[in-house]
Amino acid sequence: MDNRQKEIDNLKDYKYGFTTDIENTKAPRGLNKDVIKFISNIKKEPQWMLDFRLKAYDRFKQLKEPDWQKPKYPKIDFQDLYYYSAPKSMKDKPKNLDDLDPKLLETYKKLGIPLQEQKRLNGIAVDAVFDSVSVATTFREELTKQGIIFCPISEAIQNHPELVKKYLGSVIPLTDHFFATLNSAVFTDGSFAYIPEGVRCPMELSTYFRINASNTGQFERTLIVADKGSYVSYLEGCTAPMRDENQLHAANVELVALDDAEIKYSTVQNWYPGDKDGKGGIYNFVTKRGLCKGKNSKISWTQVETGSAITWKYPSCILKGDNSVGEFYSIAITNNHQKADTGTKMIHLGKNTKSKIISKGISAGHSDMTYRGLVDISPKAANSNNYTQCDSLLMGNKCGAHTVPYIKNKNSESNIAHEATTSKISEEQLHYCQQRGLSAEEAVGLIVNGFCKEVLQQLPMEFAVEAQKLVGISLEGSVG
Amino acid sequence: MKEQLQKDFDNTIKNLTLSQRDIEIKKFYLDNFINKGFPNRKEEDWKFSDLNQIIKKNIGELSFYSDYTSTNKVDTSAFVDGLEHNKIVFINGRIEKIEFDYEKKDQIEIIDQSETINKFNNNSSLSDLNSAFTNKSFKIVVKKGYQLIKPLIIYHTTNSKIWSKNINLRLNFELYENSSLRLIDLFRDTSEKNFLNIFYNFDLKENSILKNYKVDKFENKNIKYSFNNIEQDKNSISETFILSSGSNFCKNEINCNLNGEYSSAFVNGVFSINNNKHHEIRTIINHLTENTKSYQLIKSVLEDSSRAVYQGKIFVNSQAQKTDGYQLSKAILLNKDSEFNAKPELEIYADDVKCSHGSASGSLNEDSIFYLMSRGLNYQQSRELLINGFLLDVVEKITDPEVKNLIKNMIGIKE
Repeated sequence: MDNRQKEIDNLKDYKYGFTTDIENTKAPRGLNKDVIKFISNIKKEPQWMLDFRLKAYDRFKQLKEPDWQKPKYPKIDFQDLYYYSAPKSMKDKPKNLDDLDPKLLETYKKLGIPLQEQKRLNGIAVDAVFDSVSVATTFREELTKQGIIFCPISEAIQNHPELVKKYLGSVIPLTDHFFATLNSAVFTDGSFAYIPEGVRCPMELSTYFRINASNTGQFERTLIVADKGSYVSYLEGCTAPMRDENQLHAANVELVALDDAEIKYSTVQNWYPGDKDGKGGIYNFVTKRGLCKGKNSKISWTQVETGSAITWKYPSCILKGDNSVGEFYSIAITNNHQKADTGTKMIHLGKNTKSKIISKGISAGHSDMTYRGLVDISPKAANSNNYTQCDSLLMGNKCGAHTVPYIKNKNSESNIAHEATTSKISEEQLHYCQQRGLSAEEAVGLIVNGFCKEVLQQLPMEFAVEAQKLVGISLEGSVG
Repeated sequence: MKEQLQKDFDNTIKNLTLSQRDIEIKKFYLDNFINKGFPNRKEEDWKFSDLNQIIKKNIGELSFYSDYTSTNKVDTSAFVDGLEHNKIVFINGRIEKIEFDYEKKDQIEIIDQSETINKFNNNSSLSDLNSAFTNKSFKIVVKKGYQLIKPLIIYHTTNSKIWSKNINLRLNFELYENSSLRLIDLFRDTSEKNFLNIFYNFDLKENSILKNYKVDKFENKNIKYSFNNIEQDKNSISETFILSSGSNFCKNEINCNLNGEYSSAFVNGVFSINNNKHHEIRTIINHLTENTKSYQLIKSVLEDSSRAVYQGKIFVNSQAQKTDGYQLSKAILLNKDSEFNAKPELEIYADDVKCSHGSASGSLNEDSIFYLMSRGLNYQQSRELLINGFLLDVVEKITDPEVKNLIKNMIGIKE
């Protein structure tokens, strides 16, 4: 028991809250054309990319920051942020891992992401993003053999411009909403993956995002293209140091699935959530959108949201191809003063399209959680189906749980079913567990895990274990 | 529109005997309305039904002035047969008759409120419009312990004498302790292209019971908006039934505040619409204290290129422990051009609650049709039987047997 208690104590604090002391190259503070040129220049980008960014910036200037969301936050001064920050040692790209700054290696080791390939037992290829740059991508050779391209997006712009040109901005256009457009203008790095026709990606691809520098916004861009008949499973993890001020994270993730392709995208989001009084933490305003472009394609989002001061994101699927399938599985946990406004959009355009939404929300402490979702079946999407289930658990009477689904059915041959419940953990269940010798805290953990099981099952093995632990830690101290 | 409003307002005021202060207040509301205009889709509550556009498209220029000096003939043949009832008759927005023949005179009080404008607990532009232009508003008070023997039917009648007009109605009801009232709103329109803007306020004291049935059955080309505000004290019960069918556009809003413990609210609605009608029901149930209950059931049958919208919200504040809230909306789309939009919303700040909602929409179940046809019914009969049963479910929720039969006969639902 002592050991267990120790383990819990160890876990209680946000263990990724350390900072790496490393020299940085930063863009000048603020947002203007020069900063965008600076970013483009330092990345040695071709002219078309710079044009793309500047066009987005022009558009951005016309846009107003949205304010319809539930969690309100103090206005962000976009001129007070750094839009680019990279470890100095990354200026000339290291050729291989041995050249990598040992401090960086150390950081990732501490985070539990060993970058040395030989040390890895489980076959996961990792692209590690540190502030504004991708520092290392593992298992490249093995992937190249199969024709799979997995590299930082800045490299893809150099080496595979035809692919990037074709797909970048095809799902999240330049003219999208405020934060997405900002990202298009200033995005710094991120991952690019291309799975060629008929290839089943032999290992999980993964990106690990780390915000280190202060006053920096992290704007990364991920683009995954699954060509005809291919399959890929992609994981995303994120952490940030503990700081008193809030930091902005505004990423764009675009997925494109062509005919018969399948993309599985899993996120375990563990940004620093702020301290007990709600000071500090990350603003996670991310745009994630998948396009099922070809027929019989499938995109599946799984997310476990435990971190961030404010989470505001709606991973979406546009089901354009006939018979395409969209799925969304989510667990969102908020504690202390965390706020989340998350959900999904399923836009049915093609015939016989199917979507499924399973969302589990748990709020404790003074937190506030909103599920906001859209299911839109267009007149042409004959014979389409949607099933939505969103359940919320409340712990304590200081927190809130809200459900705001938008349901639009414009096709008489399509069916939509939506269910939502909100309740607390029943006394009977607790009593039953405690009667069998579990402490109150353990009992709650057990019940919550059961509540989340439907979603946790969707995660790849390694992630599922981590996620299950995270669920426990996030609710620590919220019982009683 | 601004000049028109100002002109019509001045004309309206001229015909009323108002104190300077009341005129000031009315002016204030008029200015508010001029500023805001008709609600449009940019407002979250009107996201699915852009009233501004709908009025522009269907009516064009609205006139806000009505001449209330001459009386209209009350057509007694329009009264409901076979059910003794008390009456209030509105014709073209003018109150022609208030009659409580079946009740004890001293138990019901009718207060003419045209002089004092009471502030409505709603800051929408339509309530401003209503406050600025209503010519007379009555308050009907049911005294302590009195239960009305017969139901009250409010006839909302418009005829071809008016067109392109805005009509504003307002009624206040106060139900004292242990009293009860059954109220049926019956819409009969032979006019076209008018905009009706109706506001009701109900104040339910301890142990009182309100049953409100709104029946908009007869085909007409009018645009209607109706807002019910219900304040409920301890142990009170409100039951609202909405049949939304006849008008070209109709939006019913119910705002219910459960202020007292053990109070409960029931909202049941039926959309049965065809052609290119566009109807909406929006409910907001506010659970503000412990042990309150709400139940909502909305069913829609949509033909041709009709559109139905249901926006329902259950709000539970942090004091309202042991809340029980339930909400279900179901829709059958019969035509490829019909559309159903729903936004069932939960906003919950208390943990010991049981709240759930469900929403389903789709086509008629082919298996059920097959089942019925294999037993000798033809396609049309099977279809009708299924739709009948689907809607009957809601009508059966009406707790008053007399009214239930009346409504069943009216909409031709067979058992």
